[in-house]
Amino acid sequence: MIGLTINGKSHKVDADPTTPLLWVLREQVGLTGTKYGCGVAQCGACTVHLDGAAVRSCSIPVAAVAGRRITTIEGLANGTKLHKVQQAWLDNEVPQCGYCQSGMIMAVTALLKQKPKPTDADIDAGITNICRCGTFQQVRQAIHAAAARA
Amino acid sequence: MNDMNDLLAMNRRRFVLGTAGVGGGLALGLQLPLAATAEAATPAAVPEVNAWVVIRPDDTVVIRIARSEMGQGTLTGLAQLVAEELQCDWSKVTTEYPTPGENVRRKRIWRDFSTGGSRGIRASHEYVREGGAAARIMLVQAAADQWGVPAAECSAANSVITHGPSGRKTTYGKVALAASKLEVPKDVKLKDPKDWTIVGKPVRRLDTRPKVLGAQIYGADLRLPGMLNAAIRDCPVQGGTVRSFDASAVLGMKGVRHVLQVGRSAVVVVADTWWQAKTALAALPIDFDEGPNAKVSSADIDARLVEGLTATEAFVGNSNGDAKAALSGAARTVEATYAYPFLNHATMEPMNATALYTPEKLEVWAPTQNGEASFAAAVEASGLPADKVDVYKINLGGGFGRRGFQDYVVQAVLVAKQLPGIPVKLLWSREEDMTHGRYHPIMQAKLVGGFDAQNNLTGLHLRLSGQSILADVFPANLVKGMDPLTFQGLAMPGEHGFGYTVPNLLIDHAMRNTHVKPGFWRGVNANQNAIFLECFIDELAEASGKDAVEFRRALTANHPRNRGVLEAVADRIGWSKPAAPGIFRGVAQMKAFGSFVAAAAEISVEGGNKIKVHRIVAATDPGYAVNPAQIERQIAGSFVYGLSALFFEECTVKDGRIEQQNFDTFPSMHIRHMPKVESIVMATGGNEPWGGIGEPTICVAAPAVLNAFYRATGKRVRTFPLKKHGITFA
Ligand code: FES
Ligand code: FES
Repeated sequence: MIGLTINGKSHKVDADPTTPLLWVLREQVGLTGTKYGCGVAQCGACTVHLDGAAVRSCSIPVAAVAGRRITTIEGLANGTKLHKVQQAWLDNEVPQCGYCQSGMIMAVTALLKQKPKPTDADIDAGITNICRCGTFQQVRQAIHAAAARA
Repeated sequence: MNDMNDLLAMNRRRFVLGTAGVGGGLALGLQLPLAATAEAATPAAVPEVNAWVVIRPDDTVVIRIARSEMGQGTLTGLAQLVAEELQCDWSKVTTEYPTPGENVRRKRIWRDFSTGGSRGIRASHEYVREGGAAARIMLVQAAADQWGVPAAECSAANSVITHGPSGRKTTYGKVALAASKLEVPKDVKLKDPKDWTIVGKPVRRLDTRPKVLGAQIYGADLRLPGMLNAAIRDCPVQGGTVRSFDASAVLGMKGVRHVLQVGRSAVVVVADTWWQAKTALAALPIDFDEGPNAKVSSADIDARLVEGLTATEAFVGNSNGDAKAALSGAARTVEATYAYPFLNHATMEPMNATALYTPEKLEVWAPTQNGEASFAAAVEASGLPADKVDVYKINLGGGFGRRGFQDYVVQAVLVAKQLPGIPVKLLWSREEDMTHGRYHPIMQAKLVGGFDAQNNLTGLHLRLSGQSILADVFPANLVKGMDPLTFQGLAMPGEHGFGYTVPNLLIDHAMRNTHVKPGFWRGVNANQNAIFLECFIDELAEASGKDAVEFRRALTANHPRNRGVLEAVADRIGWSKPAAPGIFRGVAQMKAFGSFVAAAAEISVEGGNKIKVHRIVAATDPGYAVNPAQIERQIAGSFVYGLSALFFEECTVKDGRIEQQNFDTFPSMHIRHMPKVESIVMATGGNEPWGGIGEPTICVAAPAVLNAFYRATGKRVRTFPLKKHGITFA
């Protein structure tokens, strides 16, 4: 049994220690908001926060995160109040198919913790998620909108 | 198991997934509460007003959508069209998908479910508006009947019906039950577009909220009680078969339940979790007979295409005058050869489907672009009669043409059939998805243009050589052997009509098919045809010493809407004034999927090979623009799909198989590569058939940038992607 703290709740999971965190989240904890896109740390669809920093959960064995603080897209809103990044996403209608957007939002929220008012260059350097629908124009707009909110 | 999925499971026999995950099973009123989007009350059973409209007592409007939402916004656009004629309160609108099985049972009352070819709205706008109008007439009649007044004295707006003379009012929700008992009127009159209040407006999408919460359930996310998970490996070479596999090597692994053959060519491991299944599959010894294509390489395929460039036999897709004579009599000719590679769709969500089979019933949950095709495939694969089968459409994590094909649905059914009573979710790994695609057809082109002594363009021959999609997918749609789709953007007048007048023209296709399965890849054949034609048009303009826009203007005198989009982008980018120092421009235009599209690019180039795309101006004239805000998003997204392909993407063949396995070797743009895209949405109206939105603009992305690159460097790149030439984003 491996003990995990996910979105503030403790979980005990019975998984092979090499199982990627992504699959433990999706299949054992039942949090399917975190997506599988590539499995090899290329696309960012599986991005979650580990102790507040963005990581690609497809490429982290679950054993390595025992006892650490994990936040997924489902844990971002505060009750019914959306996180300001989610709100900016809604206001700017960022998602198309939406499949990449959990990861995109998690990457952006982590970026904003480090750089509360990111420049375009900060965004370019910090956000490397793939979106096949091509929502980047709205993503950039929404990042600036979120940064402008208190 | 989370609540959403428990409910899905409970209701699965009847549910219909709707907007924002809120579903009302075909007027059965089932609700699937989803944390952020649940509506308050569980509504009672409500009969439909007609096939397109259900109105609940609380005035909620449920609009039925036959086409699939895959990000392009069709759910919202189609709902706008129905709501416009229904004259309902837009803030009360939700949507649901009828099932394909229900469509069959009701004699295809919702008509076509196919969502491809940018046809969702343009092919159905009339009958869905009629559906909304008919429902409105019925609701008004029901109110008039209750009041005992003539319907002609009543009017409807914003879901409220008013009796003019008395001022009495009621709401749709109050009369919906009575309306449902009335006959559905025929021959309803539609509004004049100038009176539209919902169509043509940038209303907000209906499906955004669950996507920012991580609450949207995609096919890959579905969980049913007792469900097992399957990971699959199909023969890496198309046309091969499974000889044998050693299940005993993995059956002892944790969670592994079954190792099964699927059809002739694939093997699945079925386990408690997908990760266990995938891990076991990697350890499973499988012996494939790779079949007759096991030695084919890209070089072999290229050689066949090169041969086709000068072959005597070819299908003529478009011609006028005598191009061959004009070219042999020309004072001067210009010639160029271009080549376009295979591409994978690489939808963000890999292929998947879930199936539950018993001898009495087959249920399939599929993220599909064509519910009816999924249904037909499920019926055939299961061997059950159609009335024992249904398919539930579930949200798609991208489609781009890939999910019109049903291979993944067939596989899921073939697995489920071997495990009666157990729901099985089949999910492809990214590697499986990359190597078992339905690839953008591979194509080459040889172009020859001829000028007379006065520098007038007198002839053009464009020879295509390469793969036909229809020959593989719908051979019955070939016309005397010719694939008309090959000529998208180059064709005779029509939705893909050639946009120039050239006195002597010949456009023909030497069909050279390959064992690599082709498919409709967002933008389809317009993609390579626009590169071939629009780069070569620039070459011709330069050869005759003319400006690229002026040269095109002269050739589009008889093509006012082509000229319209061209001039729109030229104006906006400031073509008539010099660009800033170090900035170079290019343009391209085409008609594709019924829409006229043009792009102008501004780029700079560092060191001869590092491109920065600063700005794109893109115009589209679809005739009617149902939701301009969503059109802008489709246009901006087009430049990600089109430029990712131009810069990075190619699927190559070695030993019969596709070499690229994941995004490391088949990359896709990041935000840092994204140009600023300014969209010009030109709703020019008129009586011509409406144009599409999801695909057309992709085709002009690459040639606009390539033409700018030439101006910056003097280099014409004619084979793709650019990375083959050491050219990258700055
Ligand atoms: S799934 Fe983890 S980065 Fe793609
Ligand atoms: S919104 Fe579809 S992949 Fe990003």
